[in-house]
Formats: sequence, C-alpha cells, structure tokens
Amino acid sequence: MPGLTHYLVVSALLFSLGLFAVVTRRNTVAILMGVELMLNAANINLVAFNKYAAPGAMQGQIFALIVITLAACEAAVGLALVLAAYRTLETVYVDEINLMKW
Amino acid sequence: MTGEAIAFYILAAVTLGSAVVVVTSGNIVHSAAALVPGFLGVTGLYILLNAEFVAGIQVLIYAGAITVLILFAIMLTEGGTGLGGRQRNEQALVGATVAAAMAVLLIIVATRTGWTAGGGTLPPYTPGAIGQSFLRQNILVFEGTSIVLLVSLMGAIMTARRED
Amino acid sequence: MGWISDVLRAIVGTIIIFSAVAFIAVMFGVLLERKISAWMQSRLGPKHVGPQGLLQTLADTIKLLQKENIVPARADKVIFASAVIVVPLAALLDYVVIPFGTTRSGPLIFRDLNIGVLYFAATSSLVVVGILMAGWGSNNKYALLGGMRSAAQMVTYEIPMGLALVTVALVAGSLSTVTIVNGQARLWYIVTQPVAFLVFLVAATAEVNRVPFDLVEAESELVAGYFSEYSGMRFALFQLGEYGEMFAMAAMAVTLFLGGWRGPVLPPVVWFVVKLYALIFVFMWVRWTYPRFRIDQMLNFSWKILIPVSVLNLVVTAFFAVVAHR
Repeated sequence: MPGLTHYLVVSALLFSLGLFAVVTRRNTVAILMGVELMLNAANINLVAFNKYAAPGAMQGQIFALIVITLAACEAAVGLALVLAAYRTLETVYVDEINLMKW
Repeated sequence: MTGEAIAFYILAAVTLGSAVVVVTSGNIVHSAAALVPGFLGVTGLYILLNAEFVAGIQVLIYAGAITVLILFAIMLTEGGTGLGGRQRNEQALVGATVAAAMAVLLIIVATRTGWTAGGGTLPPYTPGAIGQSFLRQNILVFEGTSIVLLVSLMGAIMTARRED
Repeated sequence: MGWISDVLRAIVGTIIIFSAVAFIAVMFGVLLERKISAWMQSRLGPKHVGPQGLLQTLADTIKLLQKENIVPARADKVIFASAVIVVPLAALLDYVVIPFGTTRSGPLIFRDLNIGVLYFAATSSLVVVGILMAGWGSNNKYALLGGMRSAAQMVTYEIPMGLALVTVALVAGSLSTVTIVNGQARLWYIVTQPVAFLVFLVAATAEVNRVPFDLVEAESELVAGYFSEYSGMRFALFQLGEYGEMFAMAAMAVTLFLGGWRGPVLPPVVWFVVKLYALIFVFMWVRWTYPRFRIDQMLNFSWKILIPVSVLNLVVTAFFAVVAHR
C-alpha cells in the first residue's frame, strides 16, 4: 500500500530533475519546462498531504488548483517574453544573452 | 502487492521516465513531446489520491494547454531549426551534483520524519466540496487568482505583440 | 485479487469501445457522409459494393491497409509515429463517460466518473497536442501550417464549448453525465438552454475540423493539412480519430441537451441511437450547405461573438439558479 512517504519520494525525484533542467539547459524554453516539472512536484506533495495528513478539509487540493492556475499564467508570460526576446536578440540560448544594452 | 501499489509504481515509473527524457534529450521537440506522458502520469497519481477534480484540471490545463503553448513557442523561435546546438551548458557537472544532493536531502527528510495522520475523511464528491470551499473560506484566494489571470493575460498579449 | 478483474474489465471495455467506434462510427459515418452528400447534390452515392453500397467503407479500409507506409526522408520518426497514436486515443477516450442507455441494474456506461463533463473537455483538448506533433513531424511546410492553424482553431473553440458544458452542469447541479441525464426526466435541457445548445454545436463543429471550419484540411489549399504525409494504415487511424471525435461530440450533445436515452416506448439504447444519428445528419447537412471560413473570420467569430454570448448565458443561468433556490 503506497503511503505518504512513497508520494514524497516521487515528488522529491521529480523536483530534482526539474532543478537539473533549470540549472544546466541552454534553451530558455527548456528551462521553462524544468520549472513546470518543479511545480508539478510541489502539487503532488500538496495533494498527498491533503489525503494522508489532513483529510478533513480540502485545503491541499485547493492549494494545488491555485498553483496549477498560476503555473499557467507564468508559462504564458514567460513564453511571451521568450518570443519578444527572440525577435530582438535573435537567439533563445541564455548564455548568449549577456549584454545589458543591445 | 495490491492493485493500488502496482498502479502507483507504474505511474511513478511513467512520470519519472518521461521527466528524464524531458531533462536530458538533445532534441527540444522530443523534450516537449515527452512532457505529455509525464503530466498524464501525474494525473494518475492524483486519481490514486482521490483528487479527481484536480486530475481533470491537470489534464485540461497542463497536457492540453501548457504543452501546446510550449510547442508553439518552440516552433516560433530558433528551437525549431537549430536542433544541432549544444543543449547543456558548462555547469552540467555542478548542476547534476546539486540536483542529486537536493534529492537525497528531500528523501532523507521525507522518510525519517514521523508524519501523523490527521482526522476526518475526504468528501466523496470533490467538485462540489471544492466549489463550496472556494466561495466560503477561500474566496479571497479565488478572487486574487482571477486578477492575476487577467493581468498575466494582458501582459502576455502586450509583450508578444509585434510593434508595427 | 479484486484488481485483476478490474484490469480485465478495463481491457475488455477498451476493446469494445475500439471495435464499436471503428465499425459503427467510422464505417457508417463515412458511408452516411457519402450517401447524404449525394442525396443533397441530386446524385447517387456508392451503390456497387454490397447491398446499396453498405460495404463500401470496408472495401476502402482494405484498400488503405494494402498501401505502402511512406515516411518522409528527413521527418522526425519518433514524433511522426507517436502522433498517430495520440489523436485516435484521445478521440476514443471520450466515450468512457457517455451513457448509452439504462438496464435494470444501472446505466449502460463504461465508468460513471463524478467529473464526467470535465473529463470530456479534458480528453478533447488532448487531440491538439497530437495534431501539432503530426504537423511538425511531417517535415512539410503545408503540414506544419495546417497543424498550427488547426491547433489555434481547436484551442480557441474549446472555450465556448467548456462554457456551454459548465452552463448545463450548473443547471443539473453535478458534473456526472448520469445525473445530467436523470435531471432531464421532465424537460430536456435544449428547451431551457437553447443558447448553450447552439454554442455547443458550433464549437463541436470547429473542434472536429468540419466545414465550415475545415480550413486546416482545405483540400483545395493545403493538400490535406496536418496529415498530408500520412499514408496507408496511419491515414486510416487519423480518419478514425476524426470521425470518432465527431460521433463523441454528437453523443455528448445528445446526453446534455436532448435527454440522453430518455424516451417513451422504445428501449433506451434505440432512442439514444436515433437521437445520435439525427444530430449526425445535422452535422453533415451543415457540411454540404455552407462555404468555408477564412482563418481571421473564424477566430473573430469565436473570440468576439461566441465567448461573450456564452459568458452572458452562463451569468443569466447562474442568476436564475440562485433565485430559484431561495
């Protein structure tokens, strides 16, 4: 029977994979994908705690829904920034964007 | 080995496997396409945790909308043609060490702490309970999130618009 | 080991859905399309194969299976092949929450999820990813253009469809399809929610890429849109996905607005099939009557007309629901 610790281990591994993507990838969109993985890991934690540690209230699921909504907002704004940056700077690789004024 | 345990291990394997493909693939379109089984695996985990409404919203928003957004961004920028570029920067070794250390730390904290089980049971029809909760205790968060959605929608349109 | 019987039941259910949809929806759907279009254009449809042309689609499928499977030289093979799986899979997953009838032991439904309507909206939105992958993986300008236009169209029309679904769920008080059908015992929801019915039909036509919204596979402009490069069995699977999704949308409209399987004398499944084919006839009638929209007209129509209308409908319905409860 999977208990609370099983879900926490899965979410920890997913979080560290997302962290690896954010730290080491060169493409901006890949960094945003890593951020989405980290948000998903946090959501799994919230919902797992709601079921196992505090099942009387729905707070964990409410919190997870709010996080999903805000992740969608942040992905929209982040990808709009990537498109705008590509139009002026002609590149999407973050290590080539190193001038303060173009 | 109950059915729930087998389902959990299969879903965890699908999620973590596709996350590995997302993070390490050299082809960025493959990374974006591998997000979909990852999100569907997380949906399965939510269903095992009796959170059906959150699972439905996860498929609708993550697998249905955010993946499409990411694919559009890849196709409209250089990632579509510059597939031969290096995908990992020079911090790869340090980054891997940091991520592994974070994983070890979180797993040790999760397994060593004695979590106490709370009282009460989950209501059987979660969408109704979530709706009631949004309009009673959590109404401030609900309205705040609506404002954030409006602002980010306007911001994304203004930022990505052509200036001509 | 109760879970083994559950897994077996799920596998049998999957096989039943797949074969039922493949035979009934696609075979009869394609044949109906050709016969109805012929009737509206004052000509005869297929008549040679089988009595009155009934086995025409079977013959077409056998012909398609014999064709060579061509993959373009520099196409991305992984994405090219996996797009073929995603589109029909998402279309077939829609059928899980549709109640086909009722027996003495309960409703004839694969799984009465208590988020049934939300599940339907979610699986309809999974098709978009498959279409983008198909357009990308073909390494073909026309396919990519068709794929991106189709993704933009489907994402835009998901919003009015979702709003129409939410309005009906509001009136019925639940997201479960069985509860919605049971709530129409006295009055069908098409009478109390005509605006939502029209919005849902228009949005469903756009979701399955049918005329007047079929600019993504406009045969005279884009070859075949996102599935230009697919041949043989893969083309058949895409057609399965498209016709399966059309039947699923019609079945959902029957469940939500036309009373599902409710009817006076005949057995419930017969009523369901009659209503389903009536809506399919309406879909095909619209196809052979209207010309095609341009992409800017189509996007304007959704953002500037359908979404405000459906939001207004939702607000008015919510107002009346609150007033009626006091």
